[in-house]
Amino acid sequence: MADYEMVIGLEVHCELSTKSKIFCGCSTKFGGAPNTHVCEICSGMPGTLPTLNKSVVEFAVKAGTALNCEITRNNKFDRKNYFYPDLPKAYQVSQLYFPICRNGRVEIKTSKGTKYIGIHEIHMEEDAGKLVHDPYTDKTMVDYNRCGVPLIEIVSEPDFRSAEEVTAYLEKLRDTLQYLGVSDCKMQEGSMRADVNLSVRPVGTTEFGTRTEMKNIASLKAIARAIEYEFERQVDTVEAGGRIIQETRRWDDTKEMTYSMRSKENAQDYKYFPEPDLMPIVISEEYLNKVREEMPELAEAKKERYISQLGLPEYDADIITGSTTLVKIFEKTADICGNPKEASNWILTDLLKIINDSGKPLDEVSFRTESLGEIIKLVSDGKINRKTGKQVLAKAVEEDIIPEEYVKANGLAQVSDAGAIEPVIKEVLGSNEKAVNEYLGGAEKNFQFLIGQSMRALKGKADPQSVRTVLQKLLDEMR
Amino acid sequence: MEITPELIDYLQQLGRISLSEQEKEKTGKDLSTILGYIDKLNELDTEGVEPMSHAFGRTNVFREDTVTNDAMVEDILANAPESKDGAFLVPRTVE
Amino acid sequence: MRPEEIVRSSALEIGRKIKSGELTSVEATRAFLDKITSDNGKYNAFVTVCEDAVKEAELIDQKIARGELKGPLAGVPIAVKDNICTKGIRTTCSSRMLGNFIPPYDATVIKKLKAEGMVMIGKTNMDEFAMGSTTETSYFGPTYNPWGENRVPGGSSGGSAAAVAADNACIALGSDTGGSIRQPSSFCGVTGLKPTYGTVSRYGLVAFASSLDQIGPIGRDARDLAALFNIICGIDEKDQTSTETAPIDMDKLDSFDVKGLKIGLPEQYFGDGIDEDVKARVSEAVSFFESKGATVGKFSFPIADYAIPIYYIIACAEACSNLSRYDGIKYGYSPEGVDDLMDLYIRSRSEGFGMEVKRRIMLGNFVLSSGYYDAYYNKALRAKALIKEAFDKAFDEYDVIMGPVAPTTALKCGESLSDPLKMYLGDICTVLVNTVGLPAISVPCGFDGSGLPVGLQITGRHYSEGLLCSVASFYQKHTDHHTKRSSDR
Repeated sequence: MADYEMVIGLEVHCELSTKSKIFCGCSTKFGGAPNTHVCEICSGMPGTLPTLNKSVVEFAVKAGTALNCEITRNNKFDRKNYFYPDLPKAYQVSQLYFPICRNGRVEIKTSKGTKYIGIHEIHMEEDAGKLVHDPYTDKTMVDYNRCGVPLIEIVSEPDFRSAEEVTAYLEKLRDTLQYLGVSDCKMQEGSMRADVNLSVRPVGTTEFGTRTEMKNIASLKAIARAIEYEFERQVDTVEAGGRIIQETRRWDDTKEMTYSMRSKENAQDYKYFPEPDLMPIVISEEYLNKVREEMPELAEAKKERYISQLGLPEYDADIITGSTTLVKIFEKTADICGNPKEASNWILTDLLKIINDSGKPLDEVSFRTESLGEIIKLVSDGKINRKTGKQVLAKAVEEDIIPEEYVKANGLAQVSDAGAIEPVIKEVLGSNEKAVNEYLGGAEKNFQFLIGQSMRALKGKADPQSVRTVLQKLLDEMR
Repeated sequence: MEITPELIDYLQQLGRISLSEQEKEKTGKDLSTILGYIDKLNELDTEGVEPMSHAFGRTNVFREDTVTNDAMVEDILANAPESKDGAFLVPRTVE
Repeated sequence: MRPEEIVRSSALEIGRKIKSGELTSVEATRAFLDKITSDNGKYNAFVTVCEDAVKEAELIDQKIARGELKGPLAGVPIAVKDNICTKGIRTTCSSRMLGNFIPPYDATVIKKLKAEGMVMIGKTNMDEFAMGSTTETSYFGPTYNPWGENRVPGGSSGGSAAAVAADNACIALGSDTGGSIRQPSSFCGVTGLKPTYGTVSRYGLVAFASSLDQIGPIGRDARDLAALFNIICGIDEKDQTSTETAPIDMDKLDSFDVKGLKIGLPEQYFGDGIDEDVKARVSEAVSFFESKGATVGKFSFPIADYAIPIYYIIACAEACSNLSRYDGIKYGYSPEGVDDLMDLYIRSRSEGFGMEVKRRIMLGNFVLSSGYYDAYYNKALRAKALIKEAFDKAFDEYDVIMGPVAPTTALKCGESLSDPLKMYLGDICTVLVNTVGLPAISVPCGFDGSGLPVGLQITGRHYSEGLLCSVASFYQKHTDHHTKRSSDR
């Protein structure tokens, strides 16, 4: 049996994080009762016209710039015509002839090292609505809330040779788009969707085999499983002397197999032509420069800087830059407490544990980004001890609190002022005459006992160092 | 230009239209006459001329990214032949 | 004022008399509604009559009295073509497909009419989805031309033109994709303006061919058209193809003199295929301008020979896409008892659309389908660049281009329905300006041997509506063709 390799190209759809839809002023919010984010324009009423959202172009140019693409200077939209109930105008406004970005590349790292994946093009388009089966009427319910949410479709070159590469690429895309703030890329909500085009060929050949397409697989893990399955299936088919049919196949994640989708139609003829209702977009050098200048620092560069300039261990830097939420918290925390290493320690040892225990996904935790920095500062200023600090942090993850106010309101402040501590310790010495006398007589170990008594009397809020100092001073005076 | 019955069928399918046999025959003839005339365009030399989709007008016309619309479900569904719980109803889509 | 006088008045005249207190909007509205009631059985110019218009007029009279409405056409009744969306009032495009469609919003032009205080008296009949040149393809039956027994009013804005000609309205809105304002204006002996593409918002105009469609006024004379154009024009944030345009200066229009105006005549519009009577009347009109000090030159305009192919390719391509949204799901005609989704699509569209619409959908699908796109659609887009070049060259030399609106006067009913190519060829003089967005006006310039009106077409540079209305108004000051009525004969 010959050795086979898989050849994969990806088409990734990402919903852009604009506030309003691409061609009308409806909200892009996920969910909502059916057709509540819908107007006469996105429901395709006769006579309505599209108006292009400025941010869509900006976001697409940002994405293209980050993915090392050439940006098309003279852009147009085209209509892609087909009938389906989720497409109210029966055409999708997209870009065929002049996509906004072309010829990019993305660096990925896998167990086999570093590799570049080519980006063929990125184009802007509108999302379609949602169809849900209604068992009571045995009909399909049509909801246009998602209809008109802006998308970019990122089309890769057929450069992938393993599921690991695909996963690494998708993670890289997700990180990049999240860092840019142009898409939240939540696969579970469908704001990032990947279509996988896969073919097989004997290792060493250069000709492409016939490919199949697997659409809208719901998670990275499922994509990896679907790829492995489809690879095996195609190899088995070819080995058995069969032919691969160019078709769309659906991945069933529970049965862990792909199956052919019945296609009643002949090959689709989308009859693309230039969209007459939208004017051309001309992208100037100034515009591009502005986008480049405003480009945020992306994951790779950030990680480098955390290690070389802030002195974070690589492991810490890797984990923090793996999530835009953690980056936001880390940078704020380091800024407030003035100690990046301490900030990173707290995040990795305490914050992540607390969040993990809460059972909530990281990006769903509503956490006041200033809180951790303030807590660290309270500790380093000796206002609370580290143990109290952890308690306050847990509270801060649970609900919106201002740490300093919370400490005050709950009497958690550590007493370090000698004037406040002294009378309490004096009292402790008075009621422990025997131990004091023994100490004065040479029983050094009683010092530890007296500290414990003092701390208890101070209800644990005192700074141990201050207690030690005051106690020592009082005992010395008694000698 | 010859309009074959297969082409008429294909055009019906593309347009989601179904014609009666009589209509098909008439349409075939009409399209053949019309396209015969349209083919006159082949005489026009357009070598080296770029296709012009927009004859004139503005470029870079944008809308600011703000949400301006409130829900108007009743209005959206008012003309629908069939709806339920705020959604349009269509015959079951089989996948 | 007696109702007979009211309905014969121009829109500006009615507006002035309402302002001076000689007439109320209610009286004017009633006069037209009564006239429609007595005539609609005969001409069928209206698909829907707005019986509530008198109530609207009452409110407007109060606002005028309070000084809240001061425009020149405040209180004036107007008819609106039935492809312009009107909130709460059905908008059918004269199609079974939209026979029950009630838009939830007003087109931008309708908002502008309301802001001016104009009163909509009804929605006018048209060719189905504006596809046709005779108003015979309407699902609601044909409109008849007041000028001749059994004559078509032209189309697709045949209802609007016939309504003005029959004194069922003093002014109306139409739409023009390939001549749909100018040709019916010519056939019905009224004046019609197709403005520069983008000067009037298309928001709310049910699309036929988006790159060609344009809303414009049809009325008694060019002054009325200028006044209505000034109300409906202007950039609209809901239509990104709209452009800013300066309103027409009415004083300049009134004092305009054609002396020194350079008029170009394309030879192709005076050759074979144009009726002798039409040529004669148009030539007489040109001679009039010459006698008043304009200079006239002939030039060759060979691109005109390709006008029909280029236009029909672009129009049908855009139409087949624009009309795909009619699928029986969201609005419009939907058959009972369908088997499945495909059945719903096919039956909605086959039963909801008429034959001419289906023919153009098929033609559009053909020119866009893979394998034919380059030979047809893309070729037409290249040709469009040549049309622009040809017009640019002509306007380097001439201020305006004159010629006939249509090769013939009003056709007999049923004559072109059976022969679509013949009908398409009737658009030969009007379609080119749409492909490059130019403005053009249709002006009555006399009658043929059967007493049917002939129209003169004047085309200008982009945004030259002011000049076109001025030239037309100058002509109308010195002639009386536009004041004639079929009932006077």
